[in-house]
Amino acid sequence: MREISLIVNGQPANVASRDLATLLTELSYDGDWLATAVNGVVIRRDDRVAYALRPGDRVEILSPMQGG
Amino acid sequence: MLEVYGKKLSSRLILGTAQYPSPEMIGEAVRAGGACAVTVSLRRESAQDTAAAGPGGIFWSMVRSLGVPVLPNTAGCHTAREAVTTAQMARDVFGTNWIKLEVIGNHDTLQPDVFELVEAARILCDEGFDVFPYTTDDLVVAERLLDAGCRVLMPWCAPIGSARGPVNLDALRSMRAHFPDICLIVDAGIGRPSHAATVMELGYDAVLLNTAVARAGDPVYMARAFAGAIKAGRTAWHAGLLEPRDFAVPSTPVIGMATFQ
Repeated sequence: MREISLIVNGQPANVASRDLATLLTELSYDGDWLATAVNGVVIRRDDRVAYALRPGDRVEILSPMQGG
Repeated sequence: MLEVYGKKLSSRLILGTAQYPSPEMIGEAVRAGGACAVTVSLRRESAQDTAAAGPGGIFWSMVRSLGVPVLPNTAGCHTAREAVTTAQMARDVFGTNWIKLEVIGNHDTLQPDVFELVEAARILCDEGFDVFPYTTDDLVVAERLLDAGCRVLMPWCAPIGSARGPVNLDALRSMRAHFPDICLIVDAGIGRPSHAATVMELGYDAVLLNTAVARAGDPVYMARAFAGAIKAGRTAWHAGLLEPRDFAVPSTPVIGMATFQ
């Protein structure tokens, strides 16, 4: 499948995935503690499969971290 | 017992989880201080780390094992939009409506951008979040935050991480007097247990701190010290403090003194 270009966590990424859930697998992100957003809009865990990615999308994948 | 957004809390100390010498020490400090909640954040993590149950997964597992409520923050956000998105992501991961709302307006002082803060608070309250806004001691801003739907206010007492303690006691005193029925939590600037005791003596409901414990020579002992100071300050406030006087007043009765001449 032809790859599309995305920005993932601020870095360019060429991927074959066409939905957000598949993208996480393709990039080896694994964990039920991950939060995702595309173009500044939160995509909840249950909505990732149905979320269609488009070239140029800016994807954020975040994890719990220490904070004050 | 302190009740916040319908939840009864086990103490009046909220601890941050950053800057500790080790992840294990976070748990030890939380237990030693009897913290009623802990703050957490969301950050980018590499795929390799998450695949190997890296820092994020290990940290989250550790936090869950503490058995205390989690207060996610929006630290590092500079606009209402960033903060709202971060809060929504936090709710998806942490499964709580609680959010410590931070919208930073200045890189040097880390003081809140109160205009963006109020805007973000309004949006998040409308979406059902229980917002804990990190704010200044400005009464008008506080009013706006309450109008937006906040039921808690978290004024700073000094810049984040400065350890300077309450630099404007009059402002904190005014805030307490102006909002007698609102939960007020001092957030940011606490450096010593005596600082925490001081704000609790003013009638504040709780203290949120991180650096003063995490960067102490012994974080576990310091957490215990803060717990004691917070309890002492709260008890003193209940007891009723003696107001300062301009002149000396003898404590021993002067009536009945013997005459030797």
